[in-house]
Amino acid sequence: MTAAPLLEAIGIRKRYGHVEALRGADFCVDRGEVVALIGDNGAGKSTLVKVLAGVTQPDGGEILFDGEPVGLDDPTTVRAMGIETVYQDLALAPDLDPSANLFLGREALRPGLLGRLGFLDKAAMSQRTRQAFAELGAGVQSYSAPVGYLSGGQRQSIAVGRAAAWASRLVFMDEPTAALGVVQSKKVLELVRRVRDTGIGVVFISHNMPHVFEVADRIEVMRLGRRAARFRPDETSMEEVVAAMTGAFVQEEAS
Amino acid sequence: MSAPSQSAPQTDAPPPDIPEPGAGHPLLRLLTETTALIFVVLLVLVAVFSALRPQAFATVATATNIAIASATLLVIAVGMTFVIITAGIDLSVGSVLVFSSVVAVKAMEQVGGAQGWASVAAGVVAALLAGLLWGLINGFLIAKAKIPPLIVTLGTLGAALGFAQLITGGIDLRGVPRELVVSVGLGGLFGVPWLVIVALTVTAVAVVALRLTRFGRYTLAIGSNPEAARRVGINVDRHLLKVYAIAGTLSGLAGVMSLARFTTTTIAGHTTDNLQAIAAVVIGGTSLFGGIGTILGTVVGVFIPVILQYGFVIMRVDPFWQTVAVGIVLIAAVYVDQLKRAARERL
Repeated sequence: MTAAPLLEAIGIRKRYGHVEALRGADFCVDRGEVVALIGDNGAGKSTLVKVLAGVTQPDGGEILFDGEPVGLDDPTTVRAMGIETVYQDLALAPDLDPSANLFLGREALRPGLLGRLGFLDKAAMSQRTRQAFAELGAGVQSYSAPVGYLSGGQRQSIAVGRAAAWASRLVFMDEPTAALGVVQSKKVLELVRRVRDTGIGVVFISHNMPHVFEVADRIEVMRLGRRAARFRPDETSMEEVVAAMTGAFVQEEAS
Repeated sequence: MSAPSQSAPQTDAPPPDIPEPGAGHPLLRLLTETTALIFVVLLVLVAVFSALRPQAFATVATATNIAIASATLLVIAVGMTFVIITAGIDLSVGSVLVFSSVVAVKAMEQVGGAQGWASVAAGVVAALLAGLLWGLINGFLIAKAKIPPLIVTLGTLGAALGFAQLITGGIDLRGVPRELVVSVGLGGLFGVPWLVIVALTVTAVAVVALRLTRFGRYTLAIGSNPEAARRVGINVDRHLLKVYAIAGTLSGLAGVMSLARFTTTTIAGHTTDNLQAIAAVVIGGTSLFGGIGTILGTVVGVFIPVILQYGFVIMRVDPFWQTVAVGIVLIAAVYVDQLKRAARERL
């Protein structure tokens, strides 16, 4: 095993017209750890994740995966590297069932000629879906109902479960508990921990400080397009983290 | 929590059919089965007309007439089902049908002077290619140029009909080979008319494609949430292009069927084909908002207006009531779809 972290971003720059969204942002996540990426609105969290998920191309900077420089030039390449993203708006197809959503874009086909004609192996996909969610302990209420009929927490579990099922290395989660109630949030946080325990790196973006402190192994704070501070939840307080978000506390000076 | 058949692990019964806890209110479940609901409506209509006029309605002749009258529309409506499932619309189908039939007659005149099977084959190929061409134009403008389907196909509706009239000078062409008219238009296999066999074959292939293949899965996914489809790496633009190309090609096929049935191009006769096809698809439970739909629903949706028409004629009800009744069924079908969506949003 290499000593280098799983994913490291160094000096990422991204400009949208006159707005400098990322001004030399650094970021780091290792195997089997949950890193909370936090910051006020406009701090550049979403842009950074888009860059790391291959959705947006950076103007400058370097990205190392397993210590090797990589070009994350499109989402398909990034997924092939074992990196998945759970988007804030879930990106599920509400009219399709959980299995169809889990396998969306990666459908299992029947063996032989039927598969070549594009016939789906629904039985295999259904079975693997149940298996995947069972392993994660994501209690899916119904495997036959369209996911649009399920509760918000259930849909979130399916979105997280889908990412976990395909990610072999790293998962980005953009506000996975934003729209959820107390019980549902608890389940999703539990899910996040289970994903981490399989050795996958998890990047957890959230505004919810209690959730961050509950689930994160490390906290990286962004402010004005670059990293402002790094914490361990057991060595800091919410006040200190919030101070770093607002600029009242500065740990890392601009280089 | 209900625990169905705990004592019997590994039963052969497919698990999805077991009512699962939290899968929804029974009423909600019923509403989900719009296709089943509309099929019951169809059966009731047939039963009522058959009971009231058994010697006139419940006959092989009536059934054959209804099937032939529906065959062309069914082929168009099958293509329209795929389009509407992607949350699109195709208003150009009737015009593309006319254009394709005109091109087919021209091709048949060129090859073998509108006589013989070679001539028929040339006509069929020409019609399919003409339909495919218009479908590709629709698909390209919708998927790549991002022009709304309503506008694109309204444009090609005018353009395709205009070109058909330019080619013919507005006068219907009659050079249809005897072979096509006699065998396909009038003939059949074991008493089933060829037109009906063609329509049923198209329908069967479409049922399989929509329900069992990746193509169908992508069609539903794109209609349900195009952004989700895009993010998982599905080439949404290319898929939309394919869907409109299929709708166009099926309109071309319908053009040949129309020639076989009427022995002439029917330039002025297809102005409401698009609306009839859309009505059939929507009555059959396919959602105008995309993501939901079945081919079998469309089949039922095609037959309900035709059965109403025959039924009313046989019952000596003023046939103008048929359009009124179809309008009511159409609005009711969309209302049910809205109820379903509202139920989903609430959860």
